[in-house]
Amino acid sequence: MSEDKELLKDGKRIDGRAKDELRDMEAEAGILKRADGSGYFRMGGTEVIASVFGPRELHPKHKQKPQRGIIQCRYNLAPFSVDDRKRPGPSRRGKEIGKVAEGALSSIVFLEEFPTATIDVYMEVISADAGTRCVALNAGAIALADAGIPMKGLISSCAAGKIEDTPVLDLKGEEDKDGQVDLPIAMNIETGEITLLQMDGMTDIDEMDEMLDLAIDGCKKVAEKQREALMETFGDKK
Amino acid sequence: MGKKLVEDKSNVLPGDVIAEGDMLSGRGTYKENGKVKSKVLGVARTKKNRMRVIPLSGGYIPQEGDNVIGKISGIGPSHWWVELDSPYDGYLSLAEGSDEFIDLDETELSDVYDIGDMIYTEVIKVTSEKDVKLSMQDRICKKLTGGRIIRISPSKVPRLIGKGGSMVEMIKDRTDSRIIIGQNGIVWVNGGDEDLAVEAVKTVDERGHERGLTDKVEKILDKR
Amino acid sequence: MMEITEIEEEAALDNIKSGERIDDRDLKEFRDIEVVTGVAKKAEGSAKVVLGDTKVIVGVKFGLGEPFPDTPDEGMLMVNAELGPMASPDFESGPPGKDATELARVIDRGLRECEAIPLEELCIEEGEKVWKVMVDIHVLDHDGNLMDASALGAIKALKEAEMPGYEDGEVLRDEGEDFEVLKTPIACTIGKVDDKYIVDPGLVEEEVVDGMVTVTWTEEELCSLQKRGNGGFQKEELLEIFELAKEKSSELRKFI
Repeated sequence: MSEDKELLKDGKRIDGRAKDELRDMEAEAGILKRADGSGYFRMGGTEVIASVFGPRELHPKHKQKPQRGIIQCRYNLAPFSVDDRKRPGPSRRGKEIGKVAEGALSSIVFLEEFPTATIDVYMEVISADAGTRCVALNAGAIALADAGIPMKGLISSCAAGKIEDTPVLDLKGEEDKDGQVDLPIAMNIETGEITLLQMDGMTDIDEMDEMLDLAIDGCKKVAEKQREALMETFGDKK
Repeated sequence: MGKKLVEDKSNVLPGDVIAEGDMLSGRGTYKENGKVKSKVLGVARTKKNRMRVIPLSGGYIPQEGDNVIGKISGIGPSHWWVELDSPYDGYLSLAEGSDEFIDLDETELSDVYDIGDMIYTEVIKVTSEKDVKLSMQDRICKKLTGGRIIRISPSKVPRLIGKGGSMVEMIKDRTDSRIIIGQNGIVWVNGGDEDLAVEAVKTVDERGHERGLTDKVEKILDKR
Repeated sequence: MMEITEIEEEAALDNIKSGERIDDRDLKEFRDIEVVTGVAKKAEGSAKVVLGDTKVIVGVKFGLGEPFPDTPDEGMLMVNAELGPMASPDFESGPPGKDATELARVIDRGLRECEAIPLEELCIEEGEKVWKVMVDIHVLDHDGNLMDASALGAIKALKEAEMPGYEDGEVLRDEGEDFEVLKTPIACTIGKVDDKYIVDPGLVEEEVVDGMVTVTWTEEELCSLQKRGNGGFQKEELLEIFELAKEKSSELRKFI
């Protein structure tokens, strides 16, 4: 049981952030050679490397769709990414995240251009300090663009939440543990379309409205970071 | 009335609006709500009336008329399967396999093309389900032996060829190597200063989107 | 994805035979190497190794466990490797296959045989509670010679690691103590083509060599060997390879 820690004091959070402030971010594209596309994203202490292979042949054959391709996402926590070493191998949580990630990305990719094929997105968490699925999607979106996959736009993701009855943006580890609501979303900021939505906790519609606004605002800032990273790939290599 | 919103040769991300109104949506773009947007990470070409985006990278999707370099990956009773470094394999029938008649009583299919053989071939048909039919009938098609294989991004193939073939001719000229370029990003180099030719090809792949590419490649070729 | 073609294999082989490899390296030359520590913030020790285009991250975690019954006063060392699909179209997801298992076990032996980690120092309560040192190798990008890159990452991560504190059955990760590593074992993989030896085989080279040997040296002791893949070696060849590996591993040791 954690001590009675004050998560919010005079409007400032334990790491000094304001309610609507994201953790600091870092992003990079094209960091791996073998993958068709790759991306790195960091939000605070959560870091994820994503790699994309595809479009490529889909096995087993019965999974193939005659009219369109599919996206397959695999989310994995590296054993050393958490406090207590995690045994390697898929966890139920990981499988669920893979599935909602597929849901987040499928509508944005022009899958009709690759009938029967698959686009595989691998998201590896190197360091986990809350918001891992959001950071994973941010890295994944960069990797998809880096791979030249045709998409309607980028997907950007972040989580809002509620701590000590106050809606806040981008929970870090301790806030997530003792928080009241966790609300990760992913969206295309150009169209406003939200393609990932999950919520844990207890809230009402007004609060949801406020938290969604926070999250949408956060996603816009994430999108800027993704853009910077992808624009770098045009630069002259040294 | 249409309006172009980005300059020619601007770098764009998927979703970036390139033009609005009455503008044609070409390769690498799509139209939504009266706006032409980019589909890919790439360079926008807006000079002409059809908006296009040249992708920085991306896999190969076979198109009719393409000449590609493939690898024989399977042999059937009267056909070969050919890997094209694409999600879609090519199908080479006995009839299309050669411009000479092949008598199955006399010859095995593996005697003509065996598993692992590399061929320079033509895509003659692609169905909507992406069944890809190949042919070796054209006289430029042939089996490739020896030399070196380089894999480049298919999106860099036009740069490697150059305007009117200028880039590849320059490399061939300066290295005395034979060079065959597959639209699918597989390149074959043979003879002459192979190492130098390989280096030049790799440079186009790695730096094909940068400005002054011709100078950079020339610098590499000057080494000879 | 098109697998490596015969033409690529022949080119790699011909180049080695002529004394210069396809990436312009000398037979005994390593690719460019970069070693960075502290890359996995939740790990007690971590290192990223870049060897040419091969990239691996190794993380070290400490945990509590019960000692093995036959060594009640010793801590435990565990080495695990993940060769996941993110790193290469040739890797599948799932439990460690033969390659991942061999990789982990060879690196484990390299550390264990030379007693780089004093396991008796890791005992908390004899027969009841000891420290487990868990080394996890995570391959990000496979362009050949995962073995040497991972082994380098493992010893670097261990050397950088800080041991957590312990109080009343709890691990205190905010408290770090220097973790003593007594030796610096370095693995060096050598491939053979006819009478030529190559150091740090690349992706295609690994497929065409007549055989490979991974040799692990500390400064003075040869502490582990693994002949890998197919092919065979004469005794004289092996002795030459051991010498070469000793020389080459000292180059790698500079990164630690």
